[in-house]
Amino acid sequence: MQSNVQQFPPNRPEAAEAHSDHGHDHGHDDHGHHEHHEPGFWSKYIFSTDHKVIGIQYGLVSLSFMLFGFFLMVMMRWQIAHPGVPVPVIGPVLAALLGQPAAHGIISPELYNSFGAMHGTIMVFLGVVPLAFAAFGNYVVPLMIGAPDMTFPRINMASFHAFFLGGLVMLVSFFIPGGAAQAGWTSYSPLASTIPTDGQAFWLVGMVLLITSSLLGAVNFIATIIQLRTPGMTWMRLPFFVWAQFVTAFLLLLAFPPLEAAGLLQLMDNVAHTSFFLPTGLAVSGPVGQVSGGGSPLLWQHLFWFLGHPEVYVLILPAMGIVAEIIANNTRKPIWGYKSLVYAALVVGFLSFIVWAHHMYLTGMGQGIATFFQATTMIISIPSVVILTCMFLSLWGGSIRINTPMLFALGFLPMFGIGGLTGLPLGLAASDLYLHDTYYVIAHFHYVVAPGTIFALFAGVYFWFPKMTGRRMSEFWGRVHFWCSFTFMNLVFMPMFAQGIKGMLRRMSDGGVNYSAAKVPGVIDTLPGTVMELNTWILWAAVGLGIAQIPFIINLFWSISHGEKVKSDNPWHATTLDWQTPTPPPHGNFAHEPHVVRGPYDYSLPGEANDYTPQSETGGKSAH
Amino acid sequence: MEIPYTVKNRPDTGIYNAKLGVWLFLASEVMLFGGLFSAYVLLRVGAQPGHWPHGWLDVRFGTVNTILLALSAITTLLAWAACKVREFGKFKFFHGCTILLALTFLGIKSYEYHDKWIHYEIQLKDGTFADGHLEEQDDKQVVLHGRIVKDEKDLYDLRAQKDIQLGEVKIDRANIVKMQNYGPWHNTFTAIYFTLTGLHALHILGGTLVIFYLWGPGSKMYKTDPERFTNRIEVSGLFWHFVDLVWIFLFPVLYLT
Repeated sequence: MQSNVQQFPPNRPEAAEAHSDHGHDHGHDDHGHHEHHEPGFWSKYIFSTDHKVIGIQYGLVSLSFMLFGFFLMVMMRWQIAHPGVPVPVIGPVLAALLGQPAAHGIISPELYNSFGAMHGTIMVFLGVVPLAFAAFGNYVVPLMIGAPDMTFPRINMASFHAFFLGGLVMLVSFFIPGGAAQAGWTSYSPLASTIPTDGQAFWLVGMVLLITSSLLGAVNFIATIIQLRTPGMTWMRLPFFVWAQFVTAFLLLLAFPPLEAAGLLQLMDNVAHTSFFLPTGLAVSGPVGQVSGGGSPLLWQHLFWFLGHPEVYVLILPAMGIVAEIIANNTRKPIWGYKSLVYAALVVGFLSFIVWAHHMYLTGMGQGIATFFQATTMIISIPSVVILTCMFLSLWGGSIRINTPMLFALGFLPMFGIGGLTGLPLGLAASDLYLHDTYYVIAHFHYVVAPGTIFALFAGVYFWFPKMTGRRMSEFWGRVHFWCSFTFMNLVFMPMFAQGIKGMLRRMSDGGVNYSAAKVPGVIDTLPGTVMELNTWILWAAVGLGIAQIPFIINLFWSISHGEKVKSDNPWHATTLDWQTPTPPPHGNFAHEPHVVRGPYDYSLPGEANDYTPQSETGGKSAH
Repeated sequence: MEIPYTVKNRPDTGIYNAKLGVWLFLASEVMLFGGLFSAYVLLRVGAQPGHWPHGWLDVRFGTVNTILLALSAITTLLAWAACKVREFGKFKFFHGCTILLALTFLGIKSYEYHDKWIHYEIQLKDGTFADGHLEEQDDKQVVLHGRIVKDEKDLYDLRAQKDIQLGEVKIDRANIVKMQNYGPWHNTFTAIYFTLTGLHALHILGGTLVIFYLWGPGSKMYKTDPERFTNRIEVSGLFWHFVDLVWIFLFPVLYLT
């Protein structure tokens, strides 16, 4: 038995030699020589197999993509508030870069559609998922379970490179003739096969690369959590963050391939002129399209949303994991209902596979199917509420320490609550018929993902930054960042509920000007002027939200070299193993293999000298 | 720093890392092919009555290919067993057979693709349809080895037609309304046929390359670390069995129904 646990920690060369009884190559030749010479720039930062470097690579690239996706959104908000007016400052740059679609600095409806489709794609697949799952997961999960690295380090590197390549393909598609994909991030057929641009083919190739990346990542995460837990780290001693990543990895592993299948079929439609999603008698701008027909547009939607809904939980579960860690740490008491949290996360993961068609109530798929999916949708809200309730109850009676990570974590709770509760009218078929495709939907899911997930991700950045760099980020500017973001986020998204309820549709490049001008008495309820005016308010709130990120960006880079140095390896006085490593953790992570003897949240144990007892600390009583 | 359980099983999970990894990968592959098979089901159920083709593929080729892959599954297993008992020569022989069987499979598959590629359906101006394999064509006329039918519907269900007379059909270019081969664009059946079998063939190709590497240059590891090498054979064998299994579903779904 013991010989199986061989070869653990050693960052020390003599220990590595002492354990070299398996004198063979374990698939990462560079490691053995690590102590003797510094690896060059390329092998250290670009072709690294170290999970921490890969985590940071993912983090920086996905944050950049998020900034880019945000920029696309601001351009769209300008066009919505001031249709047909050249974009100030940036307009000439757009015109120079993109040519005809941005002629005279005006965003044409086609360009608006491109920006819309790419904003969604970039934010979901290149921004939030890589940051929440790949960046934090890569950096933190092996540390939390006491592992020296991920199970398959080279596959981990391949995963990042596939992701990077996928991102490049998406970016390049802006500059091809016809521009980037214009059929929305959902790429519904037949629209996606009939818009005359190759951007859709680029989008599909990019997606196949991103799916490959997430497949490699998911296999790696699951195998790591199953195989590389350190002795004593039993399943019910895993921090909730690890559980959240574990469930997320399964969602990515099993939900993404059907979208890959759908992507291959749509690629065949666009490139080989098949008719998987093109129905018989399809007419495109007049004449009947030259295709064989016989396909099913509904098939695309089923395959897409089979991924699309689990994807929502891919976005939210890691965020919940981060928030749970930060709340336990800053309330100085065990998280309330650890087991309920774990089981709720597992139930959410399972149920998320059978709720997808609640995105399709208006497709004519049939009342019976709609009723089934309405029922499962109501059921899945139960475990989600269990998770949120556990986190609220964790605050009860704690001596709460307010700092930047905690502020963002506390901000997450009501914001995600608003997002979740406003989803109920969308999950019920009757009320969804009215709200479908309006700004109400936009407001709903942005409350879940933007002030919800992204706040949790900011919390994570502020929380683990001292472990990554050995320095803290500025607390003052962190709070400025939080309060400004919190205010502007709500100013951006809250008015959209009102707009949606009044009937403003999403995807209108003129912000509803033509729609509200149409006067058909008794048939269309035109948009009141007050609702249209909100477009201007939202634009300036969005600009404010952008400005509010400047302190964060400066703080992030400035603190790497100038932040206040941490005095110990465990500056937050946390219990989990990620804080038991040297700072920053070296290649191989731990100085000695940790042995876990207790649960993850032993805060304020009675009779202990400190108000925290690390998982690996023997002696004293354990609550678990 | 070493990652544990790369070769030996972890005691409490009873598995080594790569084996767990490949099983997870196969779970994802099941969902990938599952998505494509469900697309097949929806397209077939949603087809206009009488428009879903039957008997377009040659069952004889399909049967031979099924037998080839079944045999290759056996040789893969025997190759792994030979490694287990450290008989390198037997391993070389059995996996050599696997590679030959896989290449024969791909050869037959390409012949079938080629057969569909030169198979044309030609709509004529008098409302009839010529259907058959292209023999020769020039600016003036097209020569098919096939037949002429009155109704396009007669081309769909070939199982029902017992005595199809094929002969040389000469068609004047001037009489052609539309000429199209049986490529993926022909109808949804050929589309899903090429997509499913094409993706499967890519898997066969990938698996063959891996097995060839382990059989040839990669087999050096047998001398230095036979246990790890045996694990590699096992893991690649698991993938190979999965690819065989996909064909076991493809054969009845595409050839027999």
